[in-house]
Amino acid sequence: MKPAPFDYRAAHSVAEAIRLLGDGDREIKVLAGGQSLLPVLNMRMGHPDVLVDICRIPELGSIDVDSQEAVHIGAAVRQAQAHADPRLRSGWPVLTEAIGHIGHPQIRNRGTVCGSLAHNDPASELPAVAVALDAELVARSQRGLRRLNAADFFDGPFSTVLEEDELLTEVVFPRQPAWSGSSFQEFSTRVGDFATAGVVVRLERAGDVVSAARLVFFGVGGSPVRVAAAEQALLDAPVTPSSTAAAVSALEEQLDPVGDIHATAAFRKELAAQLAVTGINQAWERCA
Amino acid sequence: MNEPTADLNHPQLPRRPLGPPLSEPSCWHDIRVTVNGAPVCAQVESRLLLVDFLRHRLGLTGTHVGCEQGSCGACTILVDGVGVRSCLTLAVQADGSDVRTVESLAESGELNRLQRAFHEEHGMQCGFCTPGILMSMTALEESSEVIDDDAIMEHLGGNLCRCTGYVNIRNAARRACLRERSRPVDEGADRDA
Amino acid sequence: MTPEEEGPAPFIGRSIPRVEDDRLLRGQGRFIDDLQIEGMLEVAFLRSPVAHARIHEVDLTAAAGLPGVVAVYNAAALVGRVEPLLNSEELRIPEGIRSTIDPVVRIQPMPLLASGEVNYVGQAIAMVVAESRYLAEDALEVIDVRYDELPAVIDPEAALEEGSPRVLLEAEDNIGIHLEHGTGDVDQALRSAAVIVEDTFASQRYVPSPMECRGIVAHRDPFSGRLTVWSNTQTPHRVRGHIASCLGLPADDVHVVAVDVGGGFGQKGILVVEELLIPLVAQDLGRPVRWTEDRQENLTAGSHAREQIHHITAAADESGRLLAVRDRFVVNLGARNMVGLVVPYNSLCHLIGPYRVPNVQIEATGALTNTMFTSPYRGAGRPEATFAMERIMDRLAAKLEMEPAELRARNVVTPQEMPYQTGLLDRRGLTQQYDSGDYPEMLDRAVKMIDLPRVRTEQQKARVDGRYVGVGFAMYLEATALGPFEGAKVSVLPSGRIRIHTGAPSQGQGHRTTFVQIAADALGVEMGEIELVAGDTATIPFGVGTIASRALVTAENAIHQAAVLVRQRILDSAAELMEVDPADLEIADNQVVVKGSPGSAMSLAELMRAIPMTQGGSGRDGLSEVSYFQPPNYATSSGLHAVVVEVQPATGRVEILDYVVVHEAGRIVNPQIADAQIVGGTAQGIGGALLEHMQYDEAGQPVTSTFMDYRLPTVDTVPDIRLAEVVCPSPTNALGVKGLGEGGAVGPPAALANAVEDALSPFGVVIHSCPLTPDRLWALLRAGRATER
Repeated sequence: MKPAPFDYRAAHSVAEAIRLLGDGDREIKVLAGGQSLLPVLNMRMGHPDVLVDICRIPELGSIDVDSQEAVHIGAAVRQAQAHADPRLRSGWPVLTEAIGHIGHPQIRNRGTVCGSLAHNDPASELPAVAVALDAELVARSQRGLRRLNAADFFDGPFSTVLEEDELLTEVVFPRQPAWSGSSFQEFSTRVGDFATAGVVVRLERAGDVVSAARLVFFGVGGSPVRVAAAEQALLDAPVTPSSTAAAVSALEEQLDPVGDIHATAAFRKELAAQLAVTGINQAWERCA
Repeated sequence: MNEPTADLNHPQLPRRPLGPPLSEPSCWHDIRVTVNGAPVCAQVESRLLLVDFLRHRLGLTGTHVGCEQGSCGACTILVDGVGVRSCLTLAVQADGSDVRTVESLAESGELNRLQRAFHEEHGMQCGFCTPGILMSMTALEESSEVIDDDAIMEHLGGNLCRCTGYVNIRNAARRACLRERSRPVDEGADRDA
Repeated sequence: MTPEEEGPAPFIGRSIPRVEDDRLLRGQGRFIDDLQIEGMLEVAFLRSPVAHARIHEVDLTAAAGLPGVVAVYNAAALVGRVEPLLNSEELRIPEGIRSTIDPVVRIQPMPLLASGEVNYVGQAIAMVVAESRYLAEDALEVIDVRYDELPAVIDPEAALEEGSPRVLLEAEDNIGIHLEHGTGDVDQALRSAAVIVEDTFASQRYVPSPMECRGIVAHRDPFSGRLTVWSNTQTPHRVRGHIASCLGLPADDVHVVAVDVGGGFGQKGILVVEELLIPLVAQDLGRPVRWTEDRQENLTAGSHAREQIHHITAAADESGRLLAVRDRFVVNLGARNMVGLVVPYNSLCHLIGPYRVPNVQIEATGALTNTMFTSPYRGAGRPEATFAMERIMDRLAAKLEMEPAELRARNVVTPQEMPYQTGLLDRRGLTQQYDSGDYPEMLDRAVKMIDLPRVRTEQQKARVDGRYVGVGFAMYLEATALGPFEGAKVSVLPSGRIRIHTGAPSQGQGHRTTFVQIAADALGVEMGEIELVAGDTATIPFGVGTIASRALVTAENAIHQAAVLVRQRILDSAAELMEVDPADLEIADNQVVVKGSPGSAMSLAELMRAIPMTQGGSGRDGLSEVSYFQPPNYATSSGLHAVVVEVQPATGRVEILDYVVVHEAGRIVNPQIADAQIVGGTAQGIGGALLEHMQYDEAGQPVTSTFMDYRLPTVDTVPDIRLAEVVCPSPTNALGVKGLGEGGAVGPPAALANAVEDALSPFGVVIHSCPLTPDRLWALLRAGRATER
């Protein structure tokens, strides 16, 4: 299991990276942490002509909080770096929790936050977090810059709306409002496995009632699955066993997971429902 | 049916490919890495995995290849002080890095505390996964964190062992690594430098 | 002569820390892929992507022309040069079995490279030899093969049905093995039984998954003309024999060395086609050649194991005494019957285990399917049989409303009945006889250790809180010390140090420590003065290897015998030179000393130097002896696993709360190493019980071909395991030892399945197979709940 030949280019600036990506004649892959790409290359399931390494671009290597108190995570930021960041831990705790579920420490030391988003493995954690937290993804190419809502970014298993010549340069998580709370819940067979099913819940509270809700599932569809009907069921009421039950009953119709060798569709759906209950309750408790 | 193949075989080809062993027309890169404290300059092709560079170009065969999919941890090494799968890293990505392998552990000639713990607790059988485990534990040990049982389990979680059933590995790791207080920051920084 | 007769034995029985660790901890192990030989070529194989097809036109032209490619081979290149592979040792049918049972054993030799037909995904079709593995794999991508797909059969019972497609086009049907064997009159016993239970229990397919994959290096030394083959095999002498006969060389011109081996577990104990092809290429090209199997190859095209379906019936009287067991089981052999009767017969003769069963009838069928072939893996048929027997015991206990431990206590063979004859034939075709054991004591110990009454009380309390706790037992026997022999050569070196050679190499079992402990005792010298070289065919003429829990018994007894002889040679030679009576001499501190006068001494080095110079010497060469040990019977080890679990009904997740293993393996040479073997085996069994499952889809595509999908236990899977030991020294050998390498892996699937079923008894769940993954348990629970309604 050795990769087929390819050319490797280390970009030292975003401008250089997008210029390299703009070469339409060759199949070009962005190399960030490589923790998903390298297994594919080692197994010769991909044959890119060129890898463009973006981890040597200084401007992509930092985590910054802007004047709006949104956090910008550059494309070269490793998962471990984000996981250890105290600002993320306090301001966006579900992101920290979700990163803690990715593989093992040795994987997170190389893997990047943006790489997980751009790869969009259906069982991976971060795309769901991005959707639940209304993240914005910034894509740049020689043609210009696009700001994409996470809700519009993921368009199928291992697929996003990024064009071939576009580089995802950063992900921006907006400040989480006061009186909001989130929860990350995942079930996997072994520690470190991809999720059998998981959910990210985000609630906002106005007085005693839920004023906004996000329920975004992963591992149960080709992409993060947001279930609007379940969210609706939670609105304008406090979180109670009956509102939670109403939300969960909406999942029955809305979720349509695929079964595989590790879990049947029915089991994934059942897990999703159980995790949603835990997640809703935890998110509500955190709405303080 | 099939063509006889004897005429396709040409052992008369040059015994050694010209230049580095991977003969390929393009995509060569000069890299500089520090390996176990020593500077190394080499020319590598793009696709050369870091683990193959260490094993076959530098002869550091203590780092093992177990799956080439990032699942088993046998190839774990330290790159700039943190544990990394060397089968999921290209040699060229390590350009400019500080790389440490199992061969660096017994610095003084004597087995270090971690190695001794694995010997004394019988935390190994065939020894194939052992270097990766030692490097995962070295990364943890050299971090500035408090090391409790959870931390040990988390850092061992990515290393497969088929012989021991992990019980003695856990015991060895606990014996060597548990500490209630975090390590002084400057000490950790020294090691990383 | 036993050590007892010579005084206290200082090394046997002690937890001596392993001498092999230091090198391995420094990264100085020498595994196959670590060998560096100037000019070495690397090999990669093109393997079948389809389960069954006719193949045409394996076109190598493009591949041969790629940079760095030195040679390419397909089946046509081998025509007239080499025969298909037959594991001849494994295919021999013992006379007693042939004459009494007369089994059907059909063998299908494995072509080294597929010719005309492929029968499973992963079968080798073509081989590229190049300057690097990267370049060899590049060339694989341009080899053109045309496949005309044929129907594939994956399910072993479907393969046996009338009208099933043929797995191999030339075979008359898909039967590789069929035999029936028994004792007493089962039909009669069933008629008189108070209770009869019958059910189907299946063991899933596993991949042994040593952390180091297979690897071979071959090189013909132009100076000596000899072929040296480094292989990570468990059986180097057998490999030598196969290579020699395959290549038409005298066995002495083939030198096989087993270097450090990164785990074997049986997968490295059988000969594979690559082990013949790599030497052939090295001969052809005159250059060193290496093949390193990668993980994907190991998972799909390295031998698989287990996969049996047992339809079992047990009958008992009203007090629970077993009257009869009938079992009809099917083994999935895969695409070829590679190891003959080994696994099916091992299942057969371990089925009833520690129990007294007067009437037994067993029918075994080996089915061919379009899957990777199966071969022995740690336990080799015992875990599958134990799963069936121990599950039916729990079903019987349930029917009798009896505590499962009590049912076992009423049926185990007692020490007073030893040696115990089952009425069946053993693997050698001789009367099966358990040499020793104390099964009631083991049961008693296990029940006390897990505190069964307390577990039962807590189980009741937990159920009130909606928690589901259960306890399970599994007992098994392990006939160890497979013959026919193992050899050892013990030599004093010119330095006075001692070197031991044996044919049984280590794959992590610590032979360099345990074997040396035995030699040190027999010779009366310190362990530090002795070194072991195991698995090098140039150093000892014959050997068998490290398989079937045999190495410790067979090799250590051979070492013991040879060392006792060498000790006598040392004393005799020294006596002659020192002109004293040998009886007045002893060996101490690597010197021969006249008893009672420590001043009169001669070091072993001096003795070695003196021998060739001494006119009055014996005329014999240095101090060296070769001895072969042939075990007279199996040394029967035994084990009992007791486990307490909690199952979450909502998610199907199983948590192990307590795990106890009581084992009996005769006299223990090194307790720390022995315990670690038990724990390591148990962990593999837990893996199979909870996680591991090699799966194919209906078309015969392997769908668990990475470690992401073939799920090995991790550090979080395996709990601390509490051990206890019962010791019944084996009367079959001078050291009183028994093997124990495989035993740990035998118990867990049955014990865990019993415990989970016990936990879920309020739901009426019956466990028929493993792994007990959350998904499968949840489905069972849902079905159970539906039935309840």
